[in-house]
Amino acid sequence: MERKAHIRLDEVFLTFLKYFSLIFFGFVAVIPVISCVITAFKTQEEYQSTNVMTLPENWLNFDNFIKAFTTANMGRAFLNSLLVMVFVLLVSIIVGTQLAYVLNRFQFPGNRLIRNLFLFASLLPGVAMQVTVYNIMSSLGLINHLYGYIFMMCGTDVISIYIFIQFMENIPISLDESAIIDGASYWTIYWKVMLPLLRPAIVTSCILKGVGVYNEYYAANLYLQDQSLHTIATSLYTFVGPMGSQYNLICAGVIISLLPALIVFILFQKQIYSGITAGAVKG
Amino acid sequence: MATALEKTKCWIRSRKGQQVLICVGFTVIPLFLLFLFTYLPFGEMVKFSFYKMKYSTPVDRRTFVGLKNYFDVFHRKDCFGALTLSLYYCVGAIIQLVLALYLATVLSFKVKGGNLFKGLMFFPYLISGIAIGFIFKFFYTRGFVLDTILTTFGLSIEQLPYWLKDQSVNNWSLVATSVWRYFGQNMVLFIGAIMSVDSELYEAAQLDGANKFQQFWHIILPSIKTIVTLNVILSITGSLSAFEQPFVITGGANGTGTYFVVMNEIAHVSQKVGLASAMAVVLLLIIFGCTILQKLFFKYIFRDAESEDESYAAKKARIKAEKAKAKALRAEKKATTSVMQEGV
Repeated sequence: MERKAHIRLDEVFLTFLKYFSLIFFGFVAVIPVISCVITAFKTQEEYQSTNVMTLPENWLNFDNFIKAFTTANMGRAFLNSLLVMVFVLLVSIIVGTQLAYVLNRFQFPGNRLIRNLFLFASLLPGVAMQVTVYNIMSSLGLINHLYGYIFMMCGTDVISIYIFIQFMENIPISLDESAIIDGASYWTIYWKVMLPLLRPAIVTSCILKGVGVYNEYYAANLYLQDQSLHTIATSLYTFVGPMGSQYNLICAGVIISLLPALIVFILFQKQIYSGITAGAVKG
Repeated sequence: MATALEKTKCWIRSRKGQQVLICVGFTVIPLFLLFLFTYLPFGEMVKFSFYKMKYSTPVDRRTFVGLKNYFDVFHRKDCFGALTLSLYYCVGAIIQLVLALYLATVLSFKVKGGNLFKGLMFFPYLISGIAIGFIFKFFYTRGFVLDTILTTFGLSIEQLPYWLKDQSVNNWSLVATSVWRYFGQNMVLFIGAIMSVDSELYEAAQLDGANKFQQFWHIILPSIKTIVTLNVILSITGSLSAFEQPFVITGGANGTGTYFVVMNEIAHVSQKVGLASAMAVVLLLIIFGCTILQKLFFKYIFRDAESEDESYAAKKARIKAEKAKAKALRAEKKATTSVMQEGV
């Protein structure tokens, strides 16, 4: 009897610890963003006179958002980001699924070599590579062109290829064989059998890669310096410098820029989580 | 007969031909992209590291300087010394892994609002680096978010340092940002791994009276060993190449310039492409060295596991053999008795 009570006390403590830590770290995770949201709704005077964590008087004060949107030319930036994303995703999904199909379904000399080449490439840190990629981009005349940036971003990433290969391993080869007996060519098998079956993997990698492309700012800042070519991420650079301390405006810009990611996250949580898990086992 | 043979030959050839065609057709574009944006720049980088040049220098004006750039990497105070900053990020990465592991364990079991917590903690991973830069410049500014929170807990503002200027804390501030950004992602990874652990194991352990901590130590941790080790490896190479947080928050000012921030500055601002390339090559070599060492370490672990398996298999085989022997003996006995009975 006594022992039972003891265990129960233990469990109470553990439960307390569990929820305390969850709430604490949940709080830590959102506070920086929440403080931004609060500040984004404040008027200039309010921002200067009140503490940053005081709630704004008017939660419907969208002036900062409108001003941030126009000064950073975010309409144009959204369009650019959208264009980049559509083309990059289209190309990398087609190229990635094709490569995965070939690597998974055919044993040919060089199969392992290609896998290793991609694996090795993933070891090279992107920032270091940009030192010389910049040189190549400029000699190809691809700097300050949206298509140049798109072209560079299509450069295959290993993670989505791995997601595809993994997924394909679970598609039975008997499907291919029966299609071959029916007289289908390999292209037909890829196009009519594989691609439709790969849909979940495609959605997953689209979301992951899409968020990655949407958030990419380093290369975009190097290769799209023209104001009219800014993507959403680089449009935030407008606030560096003279506007560097007008945080009510900056926060509004930041919030605008992360809204699409938030919406995608809320809609596709499951796919994002599974993509993260699938991409991790590449080792 | 002959035509049938030819037909099959033709069929094979066409299938084979198709296979070759599709293999080439489907690999040529990705390989071209891979070559153009990874291996060509990689080669160029090695080449440039022996030259003194700017991006704008025409090819014939570049001067070959031999190993001078490499000497500079090791002798200039701002280059190689910046690598010591990665120790901060290494510590941060360890904290991040432990935290992620703990939270993942908690969230893998039934928790009220578990999905909400998971989502809140994961979301920072989806914010762009540049937005994070602004958010945390704001967060750490004197008298702003962090200071406000700390003063509500009774600290006075005079006690608090300038989070991004004070050289005794500013690297920790940046590391904290990095942890903030990535711990949710690690957590989701670990949750995925823990979910694949057979739930019967927990029940069995509970019946045996194992407490929560013992369950974690003896069931969860061994089952997700591989992915944890993988993440330890990634975090070491990650801390060596730490770049984003100092780049977007402080721009490398006040002693926060990590190796890559310095390299980026040298390449794109000072335009010393040769030196920057040498820096990149040096760090790549270090990263490869680490990766190879870690691979060997991995192999060592796996070899251990294999030998364990072997001994287990051997044990099994031995037991089996013993059983078989006993059975045979019994059978023999039976046979002899039956023979004897028959004889009787």
